[in-house]
Amino acid sequence: MNPDASTQALASIEVDLAPVAVGQAITVMWRGKPVFIRHRTAEEIKKAVDTPLSDLVDPSARNDALPESAPATDLNRTKKGKENWIVMVGICTHLGCIPKGQSIADSKGDFGGWFCPCHGSHYDTAGRIRKGPAPRNLEVPTYEFVSDTSIRIG
Amino acid sequence: MAQHESTYRPGTRVEQWLDERLPVARLMYDSFVNYPTPRNLNYLWTFGGILTFCLGVQILTGVVLAMHYIPSDKMAFDSVEDIRRNVNFGWLIRNVHAVGASMFFIAVYIHIARGLYYGSYKAPREVLWILGVIIYLLMMATGFMGYTLPWGQMSFWGVTVITNLFSAIPLVGESITRWLWGGFAVSGVTLNRFFSLHYLLPFVIAGVVGLHIWALHVVGQNNPAGIEVKTKSDTVPMTPFAVMKDMTGLAFFVLVFAWFVFFLPDYLGHADNYVEANPLATPPHIVPEWYYLPFYAILRAIPSKLGGVVAMFSAILILAFVPWLDTSRVKSTKYRPIYRYFFWFFLFTCVALGYLGSKPPEGAYVYWARFFTAYYFLHFLVVMPIVGVLETPRKMPRSITEAVLGPGSTPAGATAAPEKR
Repeated sequence: MNPDASTQALASIEVDLAPVAVGQAITVMWRGKPVFIRHRTAEEIKKAVDTPLSDLVDPSARNDALPESAPATDLNRTKKGKENWIVMVGICTHLGCIPKGQSIADSKGDFGGWFCPCHGSHYDTAGRIRKGPAPRNLEVPTYEFVSDTSIRIG
Repeated sequence: MAQHESTYRPGTRVEQWLDERLPVARLMYDSFVNYPTPRNLNYLWTFGGILTFCLGVQILTGVVLAMHYIPSDKMAFDSVEDIRRNVNFGWLIRNVHAVGASMFFIAVYIHIARGLYYGSYKAPREVLWILGVIIYLLMMATGFMGYTLPWGQMSFWGVTVITNLFSAIPLVGESITRWLWGGFAVSGVTLNRFFSLHYLLPFVIAGVVGLHIWALHVVGQNNPAGIEVKTKSDTVPMTPFAVMKDMTGLAFFVLVFAWFVFFLPDYLGHADNYVEANPLATPPHIVPEWYYLPFYAILRAIPSKLGGVVAMFSAILILAFVPWLDTSRVKSTKYRPIYRYFFWFFLFTCVALGYLGSKPPEGAYVYWARFFTAYYFLHFLVVMPIVGVLETPRKMPRSITEAVLGPGSTPAGATAAPEKR
């Protein structure tokens, strides 16, 4: 009953980020899951960087490119020099709902990031769990910048 | 079966011929015609028969629905709509099946509450009771997978939330979830396997129901007095007495059933399930079917993912241990002056948890969900063992006959009979 070959074959995608302006966000499908890509404002980045690690529920970066022990600093959840982009699997680590916060009108929760309406989990602007039942930070998939404005996920 | 002597007499040579080779007619006659049932059974004892009826209805309508339903993520939603609009009597068959699931759970909850009130789980009926808990678990699994099949928003997100429960298991959780999904998320592959299992499980239930009835006929039925059958005057033959009572109870049950089917077919469901599944948008407020709400409330009452999942499954599994948690010497709560208040409060707790499970998890709702979750477990783990020891039961009638006809009215033959234990 494990994933068959056709499911596994669709394992990586390429995304063009050029049309996404500062403050905007897009959601793309990868392996049947939504991936959140937000072009963060300077203010949002500052908020995430300034958060002391002791305030975090989950201390691990949850970045698939880094070891499990990497601390959940803002830098460890983004790419160096590309801190304005945050790329995460948009699935609440509690029970798998899609958090709100991608579109302008959405509630972004108490920490200006994302808010899961199912059971009330609040994520900050770096996708780290701050309040609510979810146990882990949103997962950062392995991705790389193939050019200045496009990434490959997977 | 073993408890009474067979009175089956083959009427014709054909019956006699069959009886010597496969005594199936004898088995039926001894189990359902001349089977001795306690003479004091009330209408709560008709729910066993009603549940058998429900299972039959679900299988029958389900088999027809499966002839028209298409289990694929592209077609499932449309095929259900097609059944409602174009298939001959599809609207009726589909509504009977959907409402039937709810009616099945209403009946099973009454049946379980009956068992808890009258102590039907106590020796020698432990195995009978545990088989019942297994049937209930299978029903929950079947109902959950069935709710997936229309592939609406609630179907999709319900599956997402419930399958994600398994990801709370340490170490292997993620692999188990992926194995259940057959992919990296809930998809058409998941729908397909759930359809397969949804078709399989009712027959497993039917098998366990067979064992449940077998165990029942070995130990005999409990009754409102909670006293074992001692003499022949304590019983009446199942046909016509219990059968007629079952039929009367069933008639009223079917009346309620039909009222929902014809007048409120979607009342027990959720409007969001008429929106096709969309993996990119979670409905703002996910709720399961009403019959899972108490457990959903328990899941959300615990502020930790693994803790919530453990509490939810424990809430069901704890039922299997009730025969050993209840220390009372008497079975029926009728003769338990203290425990009866706890029993009714427990019932209120279950209803309250159901209500809280339908509300968003915030503010006072969370507080009350925690309070009632705590009582749910305290009832089994503290109240049942302690009250059973402390309480002095009321004076009980000496026999079922006396419970029905009053003291002193015990027939002469019965008083002389030795008490069998």
